[in-house]
Amino acid sequence: MRAVVTVTGSDRRGIIAKVSNFLFERNVNIEDISQTVLGEQFAMIMMVDMGESSRDFAALAEELEEKGKEIGMAVRLQHAAIFDAMHNV
Amino acid sequence: MFNKTDVLETIEMIEKEHLDIRTVTMGISLLSCIRADGASTAQAVYDCVTKRAQNLVKTAENLSREYGIPIVNKRVSVTPVSLVTAAFPEKSALVGKALDRAARELGIDFLGGYSALVHKGTADYEEKFLATIPEVLAETERLCSSVNVGSSRSGINMDAVGQMGRIVKQTAALTAARDGLGCAKLVVFCNAVEDNPFMAGAFHGIGEADTVINVGVSGPGVVQHALKFVPDADLTDAAELIKRTAFKITRAGQLIAKEAASRLGARFGIVDLSLAPTPARGDSVAHILEELGLEVVGCHGTTAALAMLNDAVKKGGVMASSRVGGLSGAFIPVSEDIGMIESATAGKISLDKLEAMTCVCSVGLDMIAIPGDTPDATISAIIADEAAIGMINNKTTAVRVIPAPGKSVGDEVSFGGLLGRAPVMPVHGGDASKFIGRGGLIPAPIHSFKN
Repeated sequence: MRAVVTVTGSDRRGIIAKVSNFLFERNVNIEDISQTVLGEQFAMIMMVDMGESSRDFAALAEELEEKGKEIGMAVRLQHAAIFDAMHNV
Repeated sequence: MFNKTDVLETIEMIEKEHLDIRTVTMGISLLSCIRADGASTAQAVYDCVTKRAQNLVKTAENLSREYGIPIVNKRVSVTPVSLVTAAFPEKSALVGKALDRAARELGIDFLGGYSALVHKGTADYEEKFLATIPEVLAETERLCSSVNVGSSRSGINMDAVGQMGRIVKQTAALTAARDGLGCAKLVVFCNAVEDNPFMAGAFHGIGEADTVINVGVSGPGVVQHALKFVPDADLTDAAELIKRTAFKITRAGQLIAKEAASRLGARFGIVDLSLAPTPARGDSVAHILEELGLEVVGCHGTTAALAMLNDAVKKGGVMASSRVGGLSGAFIPVSEDIGMIESATAGKISLDKLEAMTCVCSVGLDMIAIPGDTPDATISAIIADEAAIGMINNKTTAVRVIPAPGKSVGDEVSFGGLLGRAPVMPVHGGDASKFIGRGGLIPAPIHSFKN
């Protein structure tokens, strides 16, 4: 299953390394990464494949949220379908 | 890979602009629950609802977590209870209370369908059923009631209109200690729809399948925010932007609706394309109208702005969903919209303006507090006026007014939560009791003869 991880916040140092390592440890495959800066805010978007994930969706979402608190950023995990539905005809 | 702006836009809509799925409503047919007497029917109804909807809340919460979009309300609508209790109407309260217990057991905030459809005439059993409404609404917490008194095809049942004026007043009296809260759970319709997911007017029509999922989307904040970026756009461009925004909002609703139906073993019914406000700042339909250039909602120009908004929402939404239904349009409940509350408190919007606005949007005079001493016949006359607008314009109209016991213009009623608060608004003083007392049926309009 494809999902999207988004990370937003003000501190960008080492964020990609921290989050990708975290996903790697849980066997979540990163298919694509992009990042952008919106004003003061840093945003990173990762497309991931959870096919081999060692966690189910709810558990991974919760752990990512916790990880976000630890690194001082907002981290979310969402089904890719919501973005597909809203932005593609 | 998605465009990163799209991903961030969705997140911004959800986190900053109150984009949410307003309600996932499960429609349940109760026709198979009819037994020989009131008590066993009530038990069968309770068993049926608690069984079919047992996973509703949990499923909605899971969907919300997985897709990252809040689902604010989980609700149930049922077959109009007057039909279920037709053989023992005086026992209808037993079924009403069983439904309220079921709602509590399921952990849902409202359950709709303590309803009767009397648009062409009131049967004996319906007469007796209607009489139970005030007491049942006073003694239940989560049950909602609605009565359809007219339609474009049949005309307006003025006997029922007369009776509903009295029932609204009785309901207020029996819930006087809570500012007439019972009336916030009672809607009088013309052209009621059978697949409405929104409360208090939801019921599960008899033409529907056994178990259906209907979803109501929302997002006034998202539309207002989008308009902020085009302060100088002409109204053609503004309408276009609203359309595009409504499309995105509705697609989220469609996705959730289909997924919820599949997980709950129910049919996907409809997506209701409504802009439903809440009392929270940033979630107001009134503020969209003000964003379009009105100083305050209620001033001249409000009806035109609302007509444009309502139409653009539909055009964007229809393209986004395979099945559209319910009320689909902008809601203008006074107590549930911070912009409306502020305008009404400042005396900038009148009942007459609200009535005009109901000609061009869904639904009707909604969540409006009026003086507690408003005569029954005046309430009936307000209902008749709204029903006439609905009947002639082939649209749903409704009246949900609260004659706040012991309160008059200048006072305020407060219900808390989504129901919000409202200043008591003045009604006209002239007496309509002779007109209402005539009763009978206002015949269906000429354009109803379409066959």
